[in-house]
Amino acid sequence: MITIDALTKRYGGYTAVDDISFTARPGRVTGFLGPNGAGKSTTMRIVVGLTPPTAGRATIAGRRFADLPNPGLQVGVLLDASAQHAGRTGREILTIAQRTMGLPAGRVRDMLELVSLTVAEADRRVGNYSLGMRQRLGIAVALIGDPEVLVLDEPANGLDPAGIRWMRDLLRGYADRGGTVLLSSHLLHEIEVIADDIVVIGNGRIVSQGTKTELLQAAGTVVRAADLDGLARALGGSGWTVSRSPDGALRTDADPVLIGELALRAGIALTELRAADGAGLEEMFLQLTAETQREGAAA
Amino acid sequence: MTAVQTELAVVQPRTERRAAASPVPLTRVVQVELRKMFDTRSGFWLMASIGIAALLATTAVILFAPDSELTYDNFGAAIGAPMAVILPMVAILSVTSEWSQRSGLTTFTLVPHRGRVIGAKAIASVLVAVVSMLFAFGIGAVGNVVGTAITGTPVVWNVSFAQALCIVLGNVLGLLTGFMLGVLIRNSAGAIVGYFVYSLVLPPLFAVLAASQQWFDDLRPWVDVSYAQGFLFTGSPTGEQWTQIGVTGLCWLIIPLVVGLRLVMRSEVK
Repeated sequence: MITIDALTKRYGGYTAVDDISFTARPGRVTGFLGPNGAGKSTTMRIVVGLTPPTAGRATIAGRRFADLPNPGLQVGVLLDASAQHAGRTGREILTIAQRTMGLPAGRVRDMLELVSLTVAEADRRVGNYSLGMRQRLGIAVALIGDPEVLVLDEPANGLDPAGIRWMRDLLRGYADRGGTVLLSSHLLHEIEVIADDIVVIGNGRIVSQGTKTELLQAAGTVVRAADLDGLARALGGSGWTVSRSPDGALRTDADPVLIGELALRAGIALTELRAADGAGLEEMFLQLTAETQREGAAA
Repeated sequence: MTAVQTELAVVQPRTERRAAASPVPLTRVVQVELRKMFDTRSGFWLMASIGIAALLATTAVILFAPDSELTYDNFGAAIGAPMAVILPMVAILSVTSEWSQRSGLTTFTLVPHRGRVIGAKAIASVLVAVVSMLFAFGIGAVGNVVGTAITGTPVVWNVSFAQALCIVLGNVLGLLTGFMLGVLIRNSAGAIVGYFVYSLVLPPLFAVLAASQQWFDDLRPWVDVSYAQGFLFTGSPTGEQWTQIGVTGLCWLIIPLVVGLRLVMRSEVK
């Protein structure tokens, strides 16, 4: 479990992370979502003790990262896949991690297999790796200590579609067996397909957090009916704001159950009733980060 | 994908189990840091160049030195010169590559107590220096025996054990100067330039000043660190010279090292 409590990081007058608190729980994938420069990486660096916070604290299973006796066995970290000595081979980088943690030598081979790096690739120097290969190596380094917590900054960067699918299955399986995963992304779709809990950050502040289901519901409900005007009146009469989308559906914040009951009482047959997921979350993301985004004026 | 199936067996996150994990012992960190000095192409050749330079220097003395100068101290001096340049580079790169190559992101998350990592690097560097010096003395001895055998001149062993220790100490101090600059500057190019300023630019400036100003000439052994450490290479230093080595070492090595260490502890690793 990762607990972040009132964390703040200032650089001179600039506040990179502004009083954020959230928890990444075991058995769940927590997606850390935000536009570039929102403070995701700074937060993750503070979690693993590479950056000292200005105020607040981050703990892993109740302890500060620096107080973990052999941190590699508890927390797998991948912050930047390119941050490796370009002159070392992939196998050597894994061996250094294996030696530092005091693991059996066989773990290196297991990990290479796990991330599908071939023997020939493992013996090449990392300077010659593609970004996708570096990400796979980074995942291998993070997992070699068999940790219970994973902290991954943009792990899907540079992976091809099959690689992204592989990563998603790996992390899903890992969380299902009780692991805690905190991963960041600026790509909404990536987070949406893998995360159970979502924390949205913009300009160093948390703008929204909750389970994916909650956030999807917050994005509203889409409803269609034969008598669209009647339904709009019925919803408006109950105090709900209703907007009409160009493709002939109604969008409202009301819960699907409630809409169903209203429609039944009004005697209106519904043709479609669902949470406004997918596009809905994207709209929410753009809205939430509108004033904090670089392209803010346009949104 | 097959990878997904193997993963089930290999990755089994469990809780609680890790709370009692024993801390990473310093000996293991030292071993890893030693390994990291050799495991890149540049690191390997840097280490290999110590041996190659020692062999070349010995051969050069046998070929070009007059017969009367085929003495152990001359072999030692010839081998020591390239080593005095290479050893500090080994120490510098050991520290600065964590920042310049950004491998520190992994190093300092596996061992979050940066003091332990830096300390392990210092121990590993000194070990490399001592072993290299023993190697140099060995090559020099072989050169001395072979050289005099070729020329038919008597073998001269004119380096005492105390002198040999002073030479080792002198080289270790040189290496630690590089180490200090690595910790202080944390950038490979910057620290190497810094080292050459330290060892090649400052001494002539001090020499010029000493030649023109009598008061500085008297003061020089207390100020000029290279000059003071030079006593270690020319016979056994006197008591006063030892004090001068200590004073210059404190000002030019220990104090900047402490400043550098404080910066490393507080800085962000990016």
